[in-house]
Amino acid sequence: MAESVRTLEMKNISIEFPGVKALSNVNFSMRSGEIRAVVGANGAGKSTLMKVLAGANETYTGDILIDSKPCEIRNPRSAKDLGIELVYQEVDTALFPYLSVAENIMFNNIVTGMKGRALIHWKGINKAAREILDRLHMDIDVTRKMSSLSLAQKQMVLIARAVRERCRFLILDEPTAPLSLGEVAELFRITKELASRENVGIIFISHRLPELFEICQSLTVMKDGQVVANKSVDGSLTTQEIVNLMLGRSFEENFPKRKVAIGETLVEAEHLADEEGKVRDVSFTVRSGEIVGVCGLVGAGKTELCKLLFGAGGMRSGSLRCRGKSIKVRNPTQAVRQKIALVPEERRKEGVLVSEPVYFNLSAACLDKFTNRFSFVQRRKELENAKKLVADLGVKTPSVFQRVRYLSGGNQQKVAVGKWLASDSDFYMLDEPTKGVDVGAKRDIFQLIQKLAADGKAVLYASSEINEILAITDRVYVMYNGRFAAELVTEKTSEEEILYYAAGGKK
Amino acid sequence: MPDIQSKAKRKGLITGFLTKWASIIALVVVFAFFAIKMPAMFLTSSNMITILRAISVTTIIAIGLTITLAVGGFDLSSGSMATMSGSLVISFFVWYKMSMWEAIPLAIILTMGLTLVTMFLIVKCKIPDLLATLAMMFTLDGVSLTYSGGGAVSEGMPRANGAETFGKIPKMFKDMGQAPTIIIIMIVIVVVIHIFLTYTKYGRYIYAVGGNKEAARLSGIPVKNYRVFAGMLAAVFIGLGGILVASRNMSAQIQGAAGYAMPAISAVFIGRSVAGADKPNAFGTFIGASLVGILENGLIMMSVPYYSLNAVKGVVLAFALASTYYSSKGEN
Repeated sequence: MAESVRTLEMKNISIEFPGVKALSNVNFSMRSGEIRAVVGANGAGKSTLMKVLAGANETYTGDILIDSKPCEIRNPRSAKDLGIELVYQEVDTALFPYLSVAENIMFNNIVTGMKGRALIHWKGINKAAREILDRLHMDIDVTRKMSSLSLAQKQMVLIARAVRERCRFLILDEPTAPLSLGEVAELFRITKELASRENVGIIFISHRLPELFEICQSLTVMKDGQVVANKSVDGSLTTQEIVNLMLGRSFEENFPKRKVAIGETLVEAEHLADEEGKVRDVSFTVRSGEIVGVCGLVGAGKTELCKLLFGAGGMRSGSLRCRGKSIKVRNPTQAVRQKIALVPEERRKEGVLVSEPVYFNLSAACLDKFTNRFSFVQRRKELENAKKLVADLGVKTPSVFQRVRYLSGGNQQKVAVGKWLASDSDFYMLDEPTKGVDVGAKRDIFQLIQKLAADGKAVLYASSEINEILAITDRVYVMYNGRFAAELVTEKTSEEEILYYAAGGKK
Repeated sequence: MPDIQSKAKRKGLITGFLTKWASIIALVVVFAFFAIKMPAMFLTSSNMITILRAISVTTIIAIGLTITLAVGGFDLSSGSMATMSGSLVISFFVWYKMSMWEAIPLAIILTMGLTLVTMFLIVKCKIPDLLATLAMMFTLDGVSLTYSGGGAVSEGMPRANGAETFGKIPKMFKDMGQAPTIIIIMIVIVVVIHIFLTYTKYGRYIYAVGGNKEAARLSGIPVKNYRVFAGMLAAVFIGLGGILVASRNMSAQIQGAAGYAMPAISAVFIGRSVAGADKPNAFGTFIGASLVGILENGLIMMSVPYYSLNAVKGVVLAFALASTYYSSKGEN
């Protein structure tokens, strides 16, 4: 399979979204047979750049050259024609669950290669598919139905399909995030084989830095829509160095830290684990008046941990104590009764009822406070509460009767937080509360959280934004792969240290 | 930002007005059309009472469906469920000589029991509402026919095994299905359920669950309990609807109430947008049922054959669905 070396070059690639420069003058180059990692913090522009290559971002400016020949990639079709394939993290979006493995691998052949024939030549397709799998040493029965495969196997089928399409450059977008250790090893073996034997250039995106050393030869670091470094991966490169490059010194949150007296231990969790293995042996404490951060990259298990504590995930083992008393939280209803509140990450899907008005949302979590003994809602009381909260939180809305759908993201988030304020909970968990929120609303939300702490509540702040964690928390647990990798005192730590642990660094 | 908003607002005002009041405008237009076309026949007080009486059953079953749809569910089996309830109540009178105070509550309780099976399929087996109730529809058709011995049940009619029956259907039961009682029952139910859904905690939670199950769950609302509770409540009105059909026929006919399922669903969807509620609501459902009822009444007067009416009802349902889903396309 020896073939001449092919090159891929991207020159001065820029993309502007309304108000944001997602990519500015990015230069990126690689050759076939190379495995190159692309790393960067959330929002650095990795995915955007890869979408350009895959033809999913047609509005880019700049030049793309393959083998020094300029070419346009304005749609996924032309990317495929040029031999570029992107395996998205959500593998299911690219597969047909009701078809067999062979059909999935040979899908293009079935669609475009029929040439007037109406019947599928099963033997031929199964044979061709098996040949490809054999070539890559993948052990999957081609007649199995796609829906019966594991996630790792689905990834392999996608890779096999890419090979079948004579792909020259293969982009793997965080392929290891959902895989077990054994599956990761298998994926690495296949990736290496593709590069060395099939002469495929592989772009490998990952948040887990240690694994990059194992598989990549070179590495591109992105930050704020720019490429900040190109390195070759050899003995001299360290995780610490990559972390420093990823962070730089650009963002500083100048949020004034308020001193709050920290009281007794309010919440204690020991050896928590969920059924899916997304949370493993997590123990922590939160004291009254304390804001504790849970920091981790996307997929580290923060959301799962919050849901677990709120009774909305499958608890496998572990114990939870509130004010020294052991409590059981089997479902969110019990959690609310135990005065636990959760502001979930997916605000529009989980946090607010978008088709209902503001006042409805603000009393949804504690309607009992506003009902008389015949369960009739006391409208005046409810509206008074809603108006007070809207004023306190600075929710920008024409009235409390406005449907939440029509509010901006930040204001929706304020409603999602506000609905718990009336419930008078003791323990507040906030999962990525500033996601998609503008700076002004972010400050309001920060102030609100500090006020909760000042009122003696215990707050758990889960976020992948390290600068936010540094700005608002007293103490921080760094989460990696479902476990707490480190416990740090915010005042005595740094972005570098947090990111080091969040990316899988060891003590 | 304010520019875009005010522009959208202005544009939204016109379409907003139309979607809010379309059902009521349609009601008035249809009413006026028949009134002008046939003033002597249509516009009489006796015909008004006829219409109200005719829509009573549809409205009551539709109130049950309003609750089901408000909690985010769906029900294709309401007609079969109502038929079952009607068979039960007549058989209790004729076969078992029960009094009204025994027969009616027992029929409704059994209807609720059967609905519990539906809720088991939906909540525990996680079958989508549409498919679970489709299965229930067939099952119930068979069960009620098997129960009645494959035929109708009425006073003096021997049972399938030839045994004679001696029970009488009480006169009071007949009165229930007559004009003013049945209309009063309907109005009371509409008002009570309107208050229940709008002003009580339970109604609130039902709408919260219907709006977004996950958000409701993460607000601490026991979503499954409320779905089952709403199903049980709906069963009361669907069962009552079937009993009223039986009262009007003074017998339990094969598939006696099957014809009410689709008009009832239409009524809920027509009523969804009334006065900008944008969700299933009792008052809107009454308007929806009225529209369907007036159409039916007027068309029959204009000598449209009864067998063509389903086509008209189907078109009305399509329009109601179109208005619901077209106006909600801007969501998300």
